[in-house]
Amino acid sequence: MCCLEGLWLGKPRFCASWPDLTGLPGGGVLMDGKDVTGMSVRQRSVAMVYQQFINYPSLSVYKNIASPLKIAGTAKDEIDRRVQEAARMLHIEHLLDRLPSELSGGQQQRCAIARALVKRVELLLLDEPLVNLDYKLREELREELQQIFERRESIVVYTTTEPTEALMLGGHIIVMHEGRILQHGPTAEVYLNPATTKVAEVFSDPPINFVPAKVENGTVRLGREQVIPQQGRLAGLEPGEYRFGVRSNRLFLGDDGVRTVRFDGPVGLSEINGSETFIHFTYEDVPLVAQEDGVHQRGVGDTVSVYLDPNDFYVFGASGELIVSPARAD
Amino acid sequence: MRMKKRTVALLCYLIFLLLPIYWLVNMSFKTTDEILSVFNLLPENFTWANYAMIFTDPSWYTGYINSMKYVALNTIISLTVALPAAYGFSRYNFLGDKHMFFWLLTNKMAPPAVFLLPFFNFYQTVGLFDTSIAVALAHCLFNVPLAVWILEGFMSGVPKEIDETAFIDGYSFPRFFTTIFIPLIRAGIGVTAFFCFMFSWVELLLARTLTAVNAKPIAATMTRTVSASGMDWGGLAAAGVLTMIPGAIVIWFVRNYMAKGFALGRV
Repeated sequence: MCCLEGLWLGKPRFCASWPDLTGLPGGGVLMDGKDVTGMSVRQRSVAMVYQQFINYPSLSVYKNIASPLKIAGTAKDEIDRRVQEAARMLHIEHLLDRLPSELSGGQQQRCAIARALVKRVELLLLDEPLVNLDYKLREELREELQQIFERRESIVVYTTTEPTEALMLGGHIIVMHEGRILQHGPTAEVYLNPATTKVAEVFSDPPINFVPAKVENGTVRLGREQVIPQQGRLAGLEPGEYRFGVRSNRLFLGDDGVRTVRFDGPVGLSEINGSETFIHFTYEDVPLVAQEDGVHQRGVGDTVSVYLDPNDFYVFGASGELIVSPARAD
Repeated sequence: MRMKKRTVALLCYLIFLLLPIYWLVNMSFKTTDEILSVFNLLPENFTWANYAMIFTDPSWYTGYINSMKYVALNTIISLTVALPAAYGFSRYNFLGDKHMFFWLLTNKMAPPAVFLLPFFNFYQTVGLFDTSIAVALAHCLFNVPLAVWILEGFMSGVPKEIDETAFIDGYSFPRFFTTIFIPLIRAGIGVTAFFCFMFSWVELLLARTLTAVNAKPIAATMTRTVSASGMDWGGLAAAGVLTMIPGAIVIWFVRNYMAKGFALGRV
Protein backbone atom coordinates (compact mmCIF):
# COMPACT_ATOMS: atom_id res chain seq x y z
CA MET A 1 0.00 0.00 0.00
CA CYS A 2 1.19 3.44 -0.77
CA CYS A 3 0.10 6.54 1.05
CA LEU A 4 0.24 9.78 -0.86
CA GLU A 5 -0.31 13.04 0.84
CA GLY A 6 -0.50 16.57 -0.44
CA LEU A 7 0.49 18.32 2.72
CA TRP A 8 3.19 17.40 5.18
CA LEU A 9 0.66 17.59 7.94
CA GLY A 10 -0.53 14.30 9.31
CA LYS A 11 1.58 11.86 7.40
CA PRO A 12 4.23 11.16 10.04
CA ARG A 13 1.46 11.04 12.56
CA PHE A 14 -0.44 8.57 10.42
CA CYS A 15 2.64 6.38 10.32
CA ALA A 16 3.37 6.79 13.99
CA SER A 17 -0.14 5.73 14.93
CA TRP A 18 0.42 2.18 13.64
CA PRO A 19 3.09 1.33 16.14
CA ASP A 20 1.37 3.78 18.53
CA LEU A 21 4.42 5.92 19.17
CA THR A 22 2.73 9.18 19.85
CA GLY A 23 -0.58 8.08 21.28
CA LEU A 24 -3.78 8.15 19.28
CA PRO A 25 -6.07 11.15 19.19
CA GLY A 26 -8.95 8.69 19.25
CA GLY A 27 -10.09 5.35 17.86
CA GLY A 28 -7.95 2.26 17.83
CA VAL A 29 -5.66 0.13 15.75
CA LEU A 30 -6.58 -3.31 14.48
CA MET A 31 -3.94 -5.63 13.12
CA ASP A 32 -4.94 -8.89 11.50
CA GLY A 33 -8.29 -8.56 13.23
CA LYS A 34 -6.64 -8.19 16.63
CA ASP A 35 -7.06 -4.98 18.58
CA VAL A 36 -3.52 -3.83 19.31
CA THR A 37 -4.44 -0.42 20.70
CA GLY A 38 -2.40 0.29 23.77
CA MET A 39 -0.17 -2.73 23.21
CA SER A 40 3.48 -1.96 23.73
CA VAL A 41 5.28 -1.21 20.50
CA ARG A 42 7.88 -3.81 21.41
CA GLN A 43 5.29 -6.56 21.14
CA ARG A 44 3.95 -5.49 17.78
CA SER A 45 5.30 -6.91 14.59
CA VAL A 46 6.22 -3.56 13.08
CA ALA A 47 9.28 -1.99 11.51
CA MET A 48 9.73 1.57 10.42
CA VAL A 49 12.05 3.53 8.15
CA TYR A 50 12.18 7.28 8.51
CA GLN A 51 12.81 10.11 6.14
CA GLN A 52 15.98 10.99 8.06
CA PHE A 53 18.61 8.29 7.98
CA ILE A 54 18.14 6.77 11.41
CA ASN A 55 20.78 4.27 12.47
CA TYR A 56 22.46 3.67 15.79
CA PRO A 57 25.58 5.80 15.31
CA SER A 58 27.68 3.93 17.85
CA LEU A 59 27.12 0.51 16.26
CA SER A 60 28.65 -0.83 13.07
CA VAL A 61 26.40 -1.51 10.09
CA TYR A 62 26.43 -5.21 10.90
CA LYS A 63 25.40 -4.60 14.50
CA ASN A 64 22.80 -2.10 13.38
CA ILE A 65 21.12 -4.63 11.13
CA ALA A 66 21.52 -7.38 13.70
CA SER A 67 20.17 -5.37 16.63
CA PRO A 68 16.45 -6.22 16.32
CA LEU A 69 17.32 -9.92 16.03
CA LYS A 70 19.73 -9.78 18.92
CA ILE A 71 17.10 -8.17 21.13
CA ALA A 72 14.64 -10.87 20.11
CA GLY A 73 17.16 -13.50 21.18
CA THR A 74 17.72 -15.10 17.80
CA ALA A 75 20.53 -17.65 17.57
CA LYS A 76 23.89 -16.34 16.49
CA ASP A 77 24.27 -18.19 13.19
CA GLU A 78 20.68 -17.37 12.28
CA ILE A 79 21.38 -13.67 12.93
CA ASP A 80 24.45 -13.86 10.77
CA ARG A 81 22.59 -15.56 7.94
CA ARG A 82 19.76 -13.06 7.95
CA VAL A 83 22.01 -10.01 8.27
CA GLN A 84 24.08 -11.21 5.32
CA GLU A 85 20.93 -11.85 3.33
CA ALA A 86 19.47 -8.38 4.04
CA ALA A 87 22.81 -6.73 3.35
CA ARG A 88 23.09 -8.56 0.04
CA MET A 89 19.58 -7.53 -0.90
CA LEU A 90 20.45 -3.88 -0.34
CA HIS A 91 23.99 -4.12 -1.72
CA ILE A 92 25.78 -3.08 1.45
CA GLU A 93 27.53 -6.38 2.20
CA HIS A 94 30.94 -4.74 1.73
CA LEU A 95 30.14 -2.02 4.28
CA LEU A 96 29.19 -4.18 7.25
CA ASP A 97 32.22 -3.22 9.34
CA ARG A 98 31.77 0.51 8.98
CA LEU A 99 30.01 2.94 11.24
CA PRO A 100 26.92 4.70 9.85
CA SER A 101 28.74 8.04 9.92
CA GLU A 102 31.26 6.65 7.44
CA LEU A 103 28.57 5.95 4.86
CA SER A 104 26.97 8.14 2.22
CA GLY A 105 23.35 9.15 2.61
CA GLY A 106 22.12 6.45 0.28
CA GLN A 107 24.10 3.77 2.07
CA GLN A 108 22.83 4.95 5.43
CA GLN A 109 19.27 4.65 4.25
CA ARG A 110 20.04 1.20 2.83
CA CYS A 111 21.30 0.22 6.24
CA ALA A 112 18.11 1.51 7.87
CA ILE A 113 15.97 -0.39 5.37
CA ALA A 114 17.99 -3.56 5.89
CA ARG A 115 17.39 -3.27 9.64
CA ALA A 116 13.67 -2.94 9.01
CA LEU A 117 13.62 -5.92 6.64
CA VAL A 118 15.63 -8.28 8.77
CA LYS A 119 12.89 -8.57 11.37
CA ARG A 120 10.39 -10.07 8.89
CA VAL A 121 7.55 -8.10 10.37
CA GLU A 122 3.91 -8.15 9.40
CA LEU A 123 3.83 -4.42 8.86
CA LEU A 124 6.62 -2.36 7.37
CA LEU A 125 6.24 1.42 7.52
CA LEU A 126 8.29 3.70 5.29
CA ASP A 127 7.84 7.38 5.95
CA GLU A 128 9.12 9.13 2.81
CA PRO A 129 12.27 7.02 2.85
CA LEU A 130 13.79 8.46 -0.30
CA VAL A 131 13.04 12.12 0.12
CA ASN A 132 16.45 13.08 1.50
CA LEU A 133 18.38 11.32 -1.23
CA ASP A 134 19.59 12.89 -4.42
CA TYR A 135 17.78 12.22 -7.64
CA LYS A 136 19.88 9.40 -9.08
CA LEU A 137 20.04 7.47 -5.84
CA ARG A 138 16.34 7.90 -5.34
CA GLU A 139 15.57 6.39 -8.73
CA GLU A 140 17.94 3.53 -8.11
CA LEU A 141 16.68 2.69 -4.64
CA ARG A 142 13.05 3.04 -5.66
CA GLU A 143 13.43 0.37 -8.30
CA GLU A 144 15.19 -1.95 -5.89
CA LEU A 145 12.61 -1.35 -3.19
CA GLN A 146 9.84 -2.25 -5.57
CA GLN A 147 11.47 -5.61 -6.27
CA ILE A 148 12.14 -6.24 -2.59
CA PHE A 149 8.56 -5.47 -1.61
CA GLU A 150 7.16 -7.73 -4.28
CA ARG A 151 9.01 -10.71 -2.84
CA ARG A 152 7.73 -10.14 0.67
CA GLU A 153 4.49 -11.15 2.26
CA SER A 154 4.29 -8.35 4.79
CA ILE A 155 2.18 -5.27 4.35
CA VAL A 156 4.24 -2.30 3.32
CA VAL A 157 2.99 1.22 4.00
CA TYR A 158 4.96 3.74 2.03
CA THR A 159 4.24 7.42 2.40
CA THR A 160 5.27 9.97 -0.18
CA THR A 161 4.39 13.38 -1.52
CA GLU A 162 5.38 12.44 -5.05
CA PRO A 163 2.67 11.16 -7.38
CA THR A 164 5.28 9.59 -9.65
CA GLU A 165 6.67 7.56 -6.80
CA ALA A 166 3.20 6.35 -5.87
CA LEU A 167 2.49 5.34 -9.45
CA MET A 168 5.75 3.45 -9.77
CA LEU A 169 5.15 1.45 -6.62
CA GLY A 170 1.61 0.57 -7.59
CA GLY A 171 -0.47 -1.51 -5.20
CA HIS A 172 -3.13 0.24 -3.17
CA ILE A 173 -3.13 3.90 -2.40
CA ILE A 174 -4.59 6.14 0.25
CA VAL A 175 -4.67 9.79 -0.74
CA MET A 176 -4.52 12.07 2.27
CA HIS A 177 -4.76 15.77 2.76
CA GLU A 178 -4.39 17.61 6.04
CA GLY A 179 -4.69 14.39 7.99
CA ARG A 180 -7.86 13.19 6.29
CA ILE A 181 -8.25 10.28 3.93
CA LEU A 182 -9.64 11.57 0.66
CA GLN A 183 -9.72 8.43 -1.43
CA HIS A 184 -8.31 4.92 -1.43
CA GLY A 185 -8.14 2.10 -3.92
CA PRO A 186 -5.81 0.50 -6.47
CA THR A 187 -3.24 3.11 -7.42
CA ALA A 188 -3.85 3.25 -11.18
CA GLU A 189 -7.59 3.32 -10.59
CA VAL A 190 -7.32 6.32 -8.25
CA TYR A 191 -4.95 8.07 -10.62
CA LEU A 192 -7.35 7.70 -13.53
CA ASN A 193 -10.48 8.50 -11.55
CA PRO A 194 -9.69 11.00 -8.82
CA ALA A 195 -12.90 11.34 -6.84
CA THR A 196 -12.54 15.04 -6.12
CA THR A 197 -10.60 18.06 -7.32
CA LYS A 198 -8.44 17.78 -4.19
CA VAL A 199 -7.42 14.23 -5.03
CA ALA A 200 -6.66 15.27 -8.59
CA GLU A 201 -4.50 18.10 -7.26
CA VAL A 202 -2.60 15.91 -4.83
CA PHE A 203 -2.16 13.09 -7.30
CA SER A 204 -0.77 15.09 -10.22
CA ASP A 205 2.70 16.39 -10.83
CA PRO A 206 2.88 19.05 -12.19
CA PRO A 207 -0.44 20.12 -10.64
CA ILE A 208 -3.55 19.39 -12.64
CA ASN A 209 -4.94 22.34 -14.61
CA PHE A 210 -8.40 23.61 -13.83
CA VAL A 211 -10.48 25.78 -16.11
CA PRO A 212 -13.88 27.13 -15.03
CA ALA A 213 -16.59 26.00 -17.43
CA LYS A 214 -20.26 26.67 -17.96
CA VAL A 215 -22.66 24.36 -19.79
CA GLU A 216 -25.64 26.03 -21.46
CA ASN A 217 -27.74 25.52 -24.62
CA GLY A 218 -25.72 22.58 -25.90
CA THR A 219 -22.45 24.44 -25.67
CA VAL A 220 -19.61 24.56 -23.17
CA ARG A 221 -18.05 27.91 -22.37
CA LEU A 222 -14.42 27.49 -21.21
CA GLY A 223 -13.24 30.45 -19.22
CA ARG A 224 -14.71 33.66 -20.61
CA GLU A 225 -14.25 33.49 -24.35
CA GLN A 226 -13.96 30.02 -25.76
CA VAL A 227 -17.15 28.13 -26.63
CA ILE A 228 -17.09 24.51 -27.78
CA PRO A 229 -20.01 22.28 -28.75
CA GLN A 230 -21.28 19.93 -26.03
CA GLN A 231 -20.53 16.52 -27.51
CA GLY A 232 -18.57 13.33 -26.89
CA ARG A 233 -18.09 12.65 -23.17
CA LEU A 234 -19.43 16.08 -22.34
CA ALA A 235 -22.78 15.35 -23.95
CA GLY A 236 -24.48 14.15 -20.76
CA LEU A 237 -23.75 17.21 -18.67
CA GLU A 238 -26.65 19.17 -17.18
CA PRO A 239 -26.53 22.93 -17.69
CA GLY A 240 -24.59 24.64 -14.89
CA GLU A 241 -21.15 25.59 -13.57
CA TYR A 242 -18.30 23.07 -13.61
CA ARG A 243 -14.58 22.86 -13.19
CA PHE A 244 -12.79 21.16 -16.03
CA GLY A 245 -9.50 19.52 -15.16
CA VAL A 246 -6.77 18.29 -17.44
CA ARG A 247 -3.35 16.93 -16.62
CA SER A 248 -0.43 18.70 -18.24
CA ASN A 249 0.55 15.63 -20.29
CA ARG A 250 -2.75 15.85 -22.20
CA LEU A 251 -2.03 19.40 -23.33
CA PHE A 252 -0.22 19.50 -26.67
CA LEU A 253 1.52 22.19 -28.62
CA GLY A 254 0.36 20.83 -31.95
CA ASP A 255 -3.13 20.45 -33.40
CA ASP A 256 -3.93 16.98 -34.80
CA GLY A 257 -7.57 17.52 -35.78
CA VAL A 258 -9.36 16.08 -32.73
CA ARG A 259 -7.82 18.63 -30.41
CA THR A 260 -10.46 21.23 -30.85
CA VAL A 261 -9.85 23.16 -27.65
CA ARG A 262 -7.17 25.77 -27.88
CA PHE A 263 -5.61 27.83 -25.10
CA ASP A 264 -3.41 30.79 -25.99
CA GLY A 265 -1.42 32.68 -23.47
CA PRO A 266 1.87 34.25 -22.49
CA VAL A 267 4.58 31.98 -21.08
CA GLY A 268 5.42 32.68 -17.43
CA LEU A 269 8.10 30.08 -16.98
CA SER A 270 9.46 27.16 -18.87
CA GLU A 271 11.03 24.42 -16.79
CA ILE A 272 13.21 21.78 -18.35
CA ASN A 273 12.91 18.55 -16.43
CA GLY A 274 15.07 15.82 -17.90
CA SER A 275 13.45 14.83 -21.18
CA GLU A 276 10.40 17.09 -20.84
CA THR A 277 9.72 20.79 -20.73
CA PHE A 278 6.95 22.16 -18.54
CA ILE A 279 5.49 25.35 -19.91
CA HIS A 280 3.70 27.50 -17.37
CA PHE A 281 1.41 30.00 -19.05
CA THR A 282 -1.77 31.87 -18.33
CA TYR A 283 -5.02 31.65 -20.23
CA GLU A 284 -7.47 34.41 -19.24
CA ASP A 285 -5.74 34.78 -15.86
CA VAL A 286 -5.99 31.03 -15.22
CA PRO A 287 -2.52 29.54 -14.66
CA LEU A 288 -1.96 26.40 -16.74
CA VAL A 289 0.93 23.99 -17.22
CA ALA A 290 1.58 22.07 -20.40
CA GLN A 291 4.10 19.30 -20.80
CA GLU A 292 6.14 19.17 -23.97
CA ASP A 293 8.40 16.32 -25.00
CA GLY A 294 12.02 17.22 -25.52
CA VAL A 295 14.03 20.16 -24.34
CA HIS A 296 12.87 23.55 -25.59
CA GLN A 297 13.91 27.01 -24.61
CA ARG A 298 11.08 29.50 -24.43
CA GLY A 299 11.29 33.14 -23.48
CA VAL A 300 9.10 34.62 -20.78
CA GLY A 301 6.17 36.44 -22.37
CA ASP A 302 6.17 34.50 -25.68
CA THR A 303 2.70 33.44 -26.66
CA VAL A 304 2.03 29.71 -26.92
CA SER A 305 -0.96 27.90 -28.34
CA VAL A 306 -1.88 24.69 -26.60
CA TYR A 307 -4.40 22.18 -27.92
CA LEU A 308 -6.34 19.40 -26.36
CA ASP A 309 -9.05 16.91 -27.08
CA PRO A 310 -12.23 17.90 -25.18
CA ASN A 311 -12.66 14.19 -24.38
CA ASP A 312 -9.55 14.41 -22.19
CA PHE A 313 -11.28 16.70 -19.72
CA TYR A 314 -12.06 15.59 -16.20
CA VAL A 315 -15.31 17.25 -15.28
CA PHE A 316 -15.81 18.15 -11.64
CA GLY A 317 -19.02 19.55 -10.18
CA ALA A 318 -19.27 22.84 -8.35
CA SER A 319 -18.53 21.14 -5.02
CA GLY A 320 -15.52 19.28 -6.43
CA GLU A 321 -16.92 15.78 -7.10
CA LEU A 322 -15.89 13.89 -10.25
CA ILE A 323 -18.65 13.69 -12.84
CA VAL A 324 -16.93 12.70 -16.08
CA SER A 325 -13.57 11.02 -16.40
CA PRO A 326 -11.62 10.31 -19.55
CA ALA A 327 -10.78 7.02 -17.74
CA ARG A 328 -8.22 5.52 -20.00
CA ALA A 329 -4.66 4.74 -19.39
CA ASP A 330 -2.30 7.40 -20.56
CA MET B 1 53.40 44.95 9.83
CA ARG B 2 49.80 44.43 10.81
CA MET B 3 50.54 40.83 11.57
CA LYS B 4 53.30 41.91 13.92
CA LYS B 5 51.10 44.34 15.85
CA ARG B 6 48.63 41.61 16.38
CA THR B 7 51.29 39.23 17.60
CA VAL B 8 52.60 41.80 20.05
CA ALA B 9 49.12 42.44 21.40
CA LEU B 10 48.52 38.76 21.81
CA LEU B 11 51.83 38.28 23.57
CA CYS B 12 51.04 41.12 25.98
CA TYR B 13 47.69 39.56 26.72
CA LEU B 14 49.28 36.20 27.33
CA ILE B 15 51.89 37.65 29.64
CA PHE B 16 49.29 39.49 31.72
CA LEU B 17 47.20 36.36 31.86
CA LEU B 18 49.99 34.07 32.86
CA LEU B 19 51.81 36.43 35.20
CA PRO B 20 50.00 35.42 38.39
CA ILE B 21 50.32 31.76 37.53
CA TYR B 22 53.97 32.20 36.72
CA TRP B 23 54.50 34.01 40.00
CA LEU B 24 52.77 31.23 41.90
CA VAL B 25 54.92 28.56 40.30
CA ASN B 26 57.98 30.68 40.88
CA MET B 27 57.15 31.08 44.57
CA SER B 28 56.48 27.40 45.02
CA PHE B 29 60.13 26.62 44.25
CA LYS B 30 61.54 29.18 46.68
CA THR B 31 62.01 29.06 50.40
CA THR B 32 59.77 31.27 52.49
CA ASP B 33 62.76 33.37 53.48
CA GLU B 34 63.63 34.05 49.87
CA ILE B 35 60.07 34.96 49.00
CA LEU B 36 59.98 37.53 51.77
CA SER B 37 63.47 38.97 51.31
CA VAL B 38 64.35 39.41 47.63
CA PHE B 39 62.55 40.14 44.38
CA ASN B 40 63.69 37.78 41.65
CA LEU B 41 62.09 36.28 38.57
CA LEU B 42 63.69 32.87 39.04
CA PRO B 43 64.33 31.09 42.33
CA GLU B 44 67.88 31.60 43.61
CA ASN B 45 67.92 28.44 45.70
CA PHE B 46 65.69 26.11 43.70
CA THR B 47 63.92 23.72 46.10
CA TRP B 48 61.39 20.92 46.03
CA ALA B 49 60.99 21.13 49.77
CA ASN B 50 57.58 22.79 49.63
CA TYR B 51 56.15 19.97 47.50
CA ALA B 52 57.83 17.35 49.62
CA MET B 53 56.24 18.92 52.65
CA ILE B 54 52.76 18.73 51.15
CA PHE B 55 53.09 15.11 50.10
CA THR B 56 54.43 14.01 53.47
CA ASP B 57 52.38 16.10 55.89
CA PRO B 58 48.97 14.45 56.40
CA SER B 59 47.34 17.74 57.36
CA TRP B 60 48.14 18.92 53.81
CA TYR B 61 47.57 15.87 51.64
CA THR B 62 44.38 14.75 53.33
CA GLY B 63 42.98 18.07 52.15
CA TYR B 64 43.44 16.91 48.58
CA ILE B 65 41.99 13.52 49.32
CA ASN B 66 38.96 15.06 50.97
CA SER B 67 38.42 17.47 48.11
CA MET B 68 38.67 14.75 45.51
CA LYS B 69 36.31 12.56 47.49
CA TYR B 70 33.46 15.00 47.58
CA VAL B 71 34.10 16.26 44.06
CA ALA B 72 33.94 12.71 42.69
CA LEU B 73 30.85 11.95 44.76
CA ASN B 74 29.19 15.12 43.61
CA THR B 75 29.96 14.49 39.95
CA ILE B 76 28.59 10.96 40.13
CA ILE B 77 25.43 11.99 41.98
CA SER B 78 24.81 14.97 39.71
CA LEU B 79 25.15 12.87 36.56
CA THR B 80 23.00 9.99 37.81
CA VAL B 81 20.23 12.35 38.80
CA ALA B 82 20.51 14.70 35.85
CA LEU B 83 20.60 12.09 33.06
CA PRO B 84 17.01 10.85 33.50
CA ALA B 85 15.78 14.37 34.29
CA ALA B 86 17.34 15.80 31.16
CA TYR B 87 15.88 12.93 29.10
CA GLY B 88 12.45 13.75 30.47
CA PHE B 89 12.78 17.42 29.66
CA SER B 90 14.08 16.78 26.17
CA ARG B 91 11.60 14.07 25.14
CA TYR B 92 8.30 14.65 26.90
CA ASN B 93 5.83 17.46 27.27
CA PHE B 94 4.21 17.73 30.63
CA LEU B 95 2.34 20.36 32.57
CA GLY B 96 4.67 23.20 33.48
CA ASP B 97 7.74 21.63 31.91
CA LYS B 98 9.04 24.92 30.54
CA HIS B 99 8.60 26.72 33.84
CA MET B 100 10.18 23.95 35.78
CA PHE B 101 13.11 23.86 33.41
CA PHE B 102 13.68 27.56 33.91
CA TRP B 103 13.15 27.32 37.63
CA LEU B 104 16.00 24.82 37.74
CA LEU B 105 18.34 27.49 36.47
CA THR B 106 17.19 30.05 39.01
CA ASN B 107 18.76 27.81 41.65
CA LYS B 108 22.06 28.88 40.23
CA MET B 109 21.20 32.53 40.63
CA ALA B 110 21.20 32.51 44.41
CA PRO B 111 24.61 32.99 46.02
CA PRO B 112 25.78 29.90 47.89
CA ALA B 113 25.97 31.94 51.09
CA VAL B 114 22.17 32.03 51.14
CA PHE B 115 22.09 28.28 51.66
CA LEU B 116 24.87 28.23 54.17
CA LEU B 117 22.82 28.57 57.29
CA PRO B 118 20.12 26.02 56.45
CA PHE B 119 22.69 23.47 55.33
CA PHE B 120 24.84 24.00 58.39
CA ASN B 121 21.98 23.67 60.80
CA PHE B 122 20.35 20.77 58.97
CA TYR B 123 23.53 18.73 58.63
CA GLN B 124 24.32 19.16 62.30
CA THR B 125 20.85 17.93 63.17
CA VAL B 126 21.00 14.82 61.02
CA GLY B 127 24.64 14.12 61.80
CA LEU B 128 26.04 14.70 58.34
CA PHE B 129 28.26 17.56 59.43
CA ASP B 130 31.93 17.15 58.51
CA THR B 131 31.41 14.32 56.01
CA SER B 132 32.29 14.21 52.30
CA ILE B 133 28.76 13.30 51.31
CA ALA B 134 27.48 16.44 53.04
CA VAL B 135 29.55 18.69 50.82
CA ALA B 136 28.77 16.60 47.75
CA LEU B 137 25.03 16.90 48.38
CA ALA B 138 25.25 20.61 49.07
CA HIS B 139 27.02 21.15 45.77
CA CYS B 140 24.31 19.18 44.00
CA LEU B 141 22.02 22.10 44.64
CA PHE B 142 23.98 24.03 42.04
CA ASN B 143 25.37 21.26 39.90
CA VAL B 144 22.23 19.23 39.21
CA PRO B 145 20.37 22.12 37.53
CA LEU B 146 23.42 22.96 35.49
CA ALA B 147 23.89 19.33 34.53
CA VAL B 148 20.24 19.02 33.51
CA TRP B 149 20.56 22.10 31.33
CA ILE B 150 23.71 20.99 29.58
CA LEU B 151 22.56 17.39 29.09
CA GLU B 152 19.15 18.48 27.84
CA GLY B 153 20.87 20.49 25.12
CA PHE B 154 22.94 17.54 24.02
CA MET B 155 20.00 15.14 24.17
CA SER B 156 17.79 17.40 22.10
CA GLY B 157 20.46 17.20 19.42
CA VAL B 158 19.73 13.48 19.08
CA PRO B 159 16.73 12.88 16.81
CA LYS B 160 13.71 11.48 18.57
CA GLU B 161 13.40 8.95 15.76
CA ILE B 162 16.38 7.07 17.16
CA ASP B 163 14.40 6.43 20.34
CA GLU B 164 11.36 5.35 18.35
CA THR B 165 13.38 3.07 16.10
CA ALA B 166 14.96 1.45 19.12
CA PHE B 167 11.59 0.80 20.74
CA ILE B 168 10.22 -0.57 17.46
CA ASP B 169 13.29 -2.79 17.22
CA GLY B 170 12.36 -4.15 20.62
CA TYR B 171 14.78 -2.40 22.95
CA SER B 172 13.59 -1.96 26.51
CA PHE B 173 14.05 1.54 27.88
CA PRO B 174 16.99 0.80 30.21
CA ARG B 175 18.76 -1.16 27.52
CA PHE B 176 18.22 1.54 24.93
CA PHE B 177 19.33 4.25 27.34
CA THR B 178 22.55 2.55 28.33
CA THR B 179 23.62 0.92 25.07
CA ILE B 180 22.39 3.38 22.44
CA PHE B 181 21.61 6.71 23.98
CA ILE B 182 24.46 7.27 26.40
CA PRO B 183 27.15 6.57 23.79
CA LEU B 184 25.43 9.18 21.61
CA ILE B 185 25.81 11.94 24.18
CA ARG B 186 29.24 10.90 25.43
CA ALA B 187 30.63 14.35 24.75
CA GLY B 188 27.79 15.95 26.67
CA ILE B 189 28.37 13.73 29.64
CA GLY B 190 32.08 14.57 29.57
CA VAL B 191 31.38 18.29 29.47
CA THR B 192 28.79 18.03 32.22
CA ALA B 193 31.17 16.08 34.40
CA PHE B 194 33.77 18.74 33.79
CA PHE B 195 31.43 21.55 34.84
CA CYS B 196 30.36 19.68 37.97
CA PHE B 197 33.96 18.96 38.78
CA MET B 198 35.01 22.55 38.26
CA PHE B 199 32.30 24.07 40.39
CA SER B 200 32.76 21.62 43.17
CA TRP B 201 36.53 21.86 43.09
CA VAL B 202 36.73 25.64 43.35
CA GLU B 203 33.80 26.20 45.68
CA LEU B 204 35.12 27.27 49.06
CA LEU B 205 32.33 28.71 51.15
CA LEU B 206 30.05 25.69 51.52
CA ALA B 207 32.93 23.24 51.59
CA ARG B 208 34.65 25.09 54.39
CA THR B 209 31.61 25.75 56.52
CA LEU B 210 30.15 22.27 56.32
CA THR B 211 33.39 20.57 57.35
CA ALA B 212 35.62 20.79 60.40
CA VAL B 213 38.38 18.20 60.57
CA ASN B 214 37.58 14.90 58.91
CA ALA B 215 36.42 16.20 55.55
CA LYS B 216 38.30 19.46 55.40
CA PRO B 217 38.98 20.35 51.74
CA ILE B 218 42.32 21.62 50.45
CA ALA B 219 40.97 25.11 49.84
CA ALA B 220 40.07 25.35 53.49
CA THR B 221 43.47 24.01 54.53
CA MET B 222 45.11 26.69 52.46
CA THR B 223 43.31 29.47 54.25
CA ARG B 224 44.45 28.22 57.65
CA THR B 225 48.19 28.02 57.37
CA VAL B 226 49.23 30.69 59.77
CA SER B 227 51.56 28.97 62.20
CA ALA B 228 53.68 30.18 65.08
CA SER B 229 56.47 31.05 62.66
CA GLY B 230 54.17 33.13 60.47
CA MET B 231 52.74 32.29 57.02
CA ASP B 232 54.27 29.37 55.16
CA TRP B 233 54.36 31.19 51.82
CA GLY B 234 56.32 28.54 49.97
CA GLY B 235 54.08 25.70 51.08
CA LEU B 236 51.02 27.73 50.23
CA ALA B 237 52.31 28.41 46.73
CA ALA B 238 53.06 24.74 46.15
CA ALA B 239 49.57 23.84 47.35
CA GLY B 240 48.14 26.39 44.95
CA VAL B 241 50.01 24.87 42.01
CA LEU B 242 48.83 21.38 42.95
CA THR B 243 45.24 22.63 43.19
CA MET B 244 45.32 23.85 39.61
CA ILE B 245 46.65 20.62 38.17
CA PRO B 246 43.50 18.44 38.39
CA GLY B 247 41.46 21.18 36.71
CA ALA B 248 44.00 21.47 33.92
CA ILE B 249 43.94 17.70 33.37
CA VAL B 250 40.16 17.58 33.17
CA ILE B 251 40.07 20.53 30.78
CA TRP B 252 42.50 18.66 28.54
CA PHE B 253 40.07 15.78 28.19
CA VAL B 254 37.04 17.87 27.25
CA ARG B 255 38.85 20.67 25.39
CA ASN B 256 37.06 19.93 22.11
CA TYR B 257 33.59 20.14 23.60
CA MET B 258 34.06 23.09 25.95
CA ALA B 259 32.44 25.68 23.70
CA LYS B 260 29.40 23.48 23.22
CA GLY B 261 29.21 22.98 26.97
CA PHE B 262 29.29 26.70 27.69
CA ALA B 263 26.42 27.07 25.24
CA LEU B 264 24.60 24.42 27.30
CA GLY B 265 24.83 22.00 24.40
CA ARG B 266 22.83 24.23 22.09
CA VAL B 267 25.16 24.94 19.21
